[in-house]
Amino acid sequence: MTDEAQDVIGDYRYGFHDPENSTIRFDQGLSEQVVRDISELKNEPEWMTDIRVKAYRHFVERVMPEWGNCDLLNKIDFESITYFLRSSNKTETSWDDVPDDIKNTFNRLGIPEAEQKWLGGVTAQYESEAVYHSIREDLEEQGVIFLDMDTGMKQFPEIIKKYFGTVIPYSDNKFSALNTAVWSGGSFLYIPKGISVEMPVQAYFRINAKNMGQFERTLIIADEGSSVHYVEGCTAPSYSTDSLHSAVVELIAMEGAKIRYSTVQNWSSNVYNLVTKRAVAHKNATIEWVDGNIGSKLTMKYPSVLLKGEGAHAEVISVAYAGEGQHQDTGAKVHHLASNTTSNIISKSISKKGGRSSYRGLLQVTPKSTGCRSKIVCDALILDDYSRSDTYPTMEIGNSTADLEHEASVSKVSSDQLFYLMSRGFTEDAAMGLIVNGFFEPFTRELPMEYALELNKLLELEMEGSIG
Amino acid sequence: MRVMAEEILRIENLHVSVEGTLILKGVNLTIHRGEIHAIMGRNGAGKSTLANVVMGHPAYVITEGSIFYKGQPLEELAVFERARAGMFLSFQYPAVIPGVQVGTFLKKSVTSVRDEAPKGRAFRKELTSAMEQLSMDKSFLSRYVNDGFSGGEKKRLEILQMLLLKPHLALLDETDSGLDIDALRIVAKGINEVAVDSACLIITHYQRLLDLVKPDYVHAMINGTIVQTGGPELALELEDRGYDWLDVTA
Repeated sequence: MTDEAQDVIGDYRYGFHDPENSTIRFDQGLSEQVVRDISELKNEPEWMTDIRVKAYRHFVERVMPEWGNCDLLNKIDFESITYFLRSSNKTETSWDDVPDDIKNTFNRLGIPEAEQKWLGGVTAQYESEAVYHSIREDLEEQGVIFLDMDTGMKQFPEIIKKYFGTVIPYSDNKFSALNTAVWSGGSFLYIPKGISVEMPVQAYFRINAKNMGQFERTLIIADEGSSVHYVEGCTAPSYSTDSLHSAVVELIAMEGAKIRYSTVQNWSSNVYNLVTKRAVAHKNATIEWVDGNIGSKLTMKYPSVLLKGEGAHAEVISVAYAGEGQHQDTGAKVHHLASNTTSNIISKSISKKGGRSSYRGLLQVTPKSTGCRSKIVCDALILDDYSRSDTYPTMEIGNSTADLEHEASVSKVSSDQLFYLMSRGFTEDAAMGLIVNGFFEPFTRELPMEYALELNKLLELEMEGSIG
Repeated sequence: MRVMAEEILRIENLHVSVEGTLILKGVNLTIHRGEIHAIMGRNGAGKSTLANVVMGHPAYVITEGSIFYKGQPLEELAVFERARAGMFLSFQYPAVIPGVQVGTFLKKSVTSVRDEAPKGRAFRKELTSAMEQLSMDKSFLSRYVNDGFSGGEKKRLEILQMLLLKPHLALLDETDSGLDIDALRIVAKGINEVAVDSACLIITHYQRLLDLVKPDYVHAMINGTIVQTGGPELALELEDRGYDWLDVTA
């Protein structure tokens, strides 16, 4: 690592970077040709090229969102971004075959170790594509498919054609259009009928190069009565110039299926994280978004669930931590499109050192949906006098039988709490760290233990030097 | 004879104000190792202020006088350093820390004060025995610190911490309030155990705790000063006669 990089990193532990050894690197900037080149490079069928091009044209025409943090959004320089970068010619199935630099990075991030201990499968994406993927043999034998999306396109084009863009059409928003145009990498996961995958499967997304754009595309289909827990993590080096991460994630839970999707997003503070995540839950299916946003410069992400079948259930638990120079604009959207559907939304945010966190939520109950229940709890904790927290809840309730609860609170750490903990030997920083960890506890307890411990450590580090 | 015992706390001519109002107006008090002192007085006399200012609560400002802990001026020590040096305050109203389990909190606190992580098995043993002594169920450990605790549960958790941290100076602020007689007995047992080898300052309204924890000295505090000092008999007299007979301003 160079001294210069060290300076920029500060407290962020994952801010290191490798020398850039790309095998293919597109010039910076975006055009229809870039989109076609990506498709050609990947040897895609024509239908995919067509979707990409349509999406690109839509992206160009579509105006920037006029909500959220417009100032920051309008500063994105799409011409300075690299839209495709291949750093390894093959997606390997053994870590030994992954190029050394990249392998070392994932070692530092603890991925191979976690894989051996407690994961059912792993894909590791570095820049635009996966450099590694694997799945436990027993899962493969049961018919579980867990691949990076590019390999998925090659091996199961008919499944992907059937579902791609059905939950999130490219025209959904400007960034879903951008992703559809230039997508590369991501995960393709299919769980056959009746199969419960006990160990979580994980995808890790790493950006290494400067001014990189990462546009992974993930599609998860849980067939009838199946269940799976998918975990994703993401980090990037700290640079003084911006990178862009804009993913699209589509989940489909068939009748009686359950998908839990857990994220711990810890991008460096030069990354724009503009992600569209949406799930469809059919009859009696359950979708759980467990969404943690710790890093990035600006995150705009609102995991959504379309409760399409009777008795379906949605659970969205999200936390956001906004430190210096960060804006976490996050939330949840749940659409009760069928009767007797239920949802539970818990959102927790912390703002510190001038950081800003916003909760943006939508709850919809359509006129024909009877007997729906929903509970929303939003808690914000502000750690000093110059940080900010906002709440933008929207409710569209079309059926009078709906049973809704909404609680919101904004609080500060009290001097009595700090004094109490300090009188028990905690330094002021350690006391703050403990309080913050406790505040996020409803979220961390839902994570696999290894992630929960890591997140707690991370937050304790964030609290160091928090009090002047 | 206790005269040779180590001096733990010395308070000299202490004046303290809170938000600009003078609460303590010249308190003098010295406590040695092995001594139990009780301070009694009406609401608002300044008893809790004394306990909080000794522990270092930032809202209390010393305007005159000094506090020494083992001969060292306390103003040099931050709150967490006071804890690590062996000072302990049992709070009248302990703070709620949502989402933090009692077990985690105790382990971290003991680690901070002892300056090393306690050995897993030894610590569990120590913890189990202290909890049994206080008739606390194991399920306490997975509850959140003081969250939804009854008054009695809060006080027991305070005493449990005191047993684990083994302070040299224990300040007990209204530890008896809100306790039924059974709980009071249990808590008193804990205090007596710690008091053998430490300096103890008990702040209370009532005589009843002092039946169970025998003080060496009882001080009557009125309007920010100690107006009378005596033995255990003073507590009985205060219980009997109230404070008016000592109150020169009344």
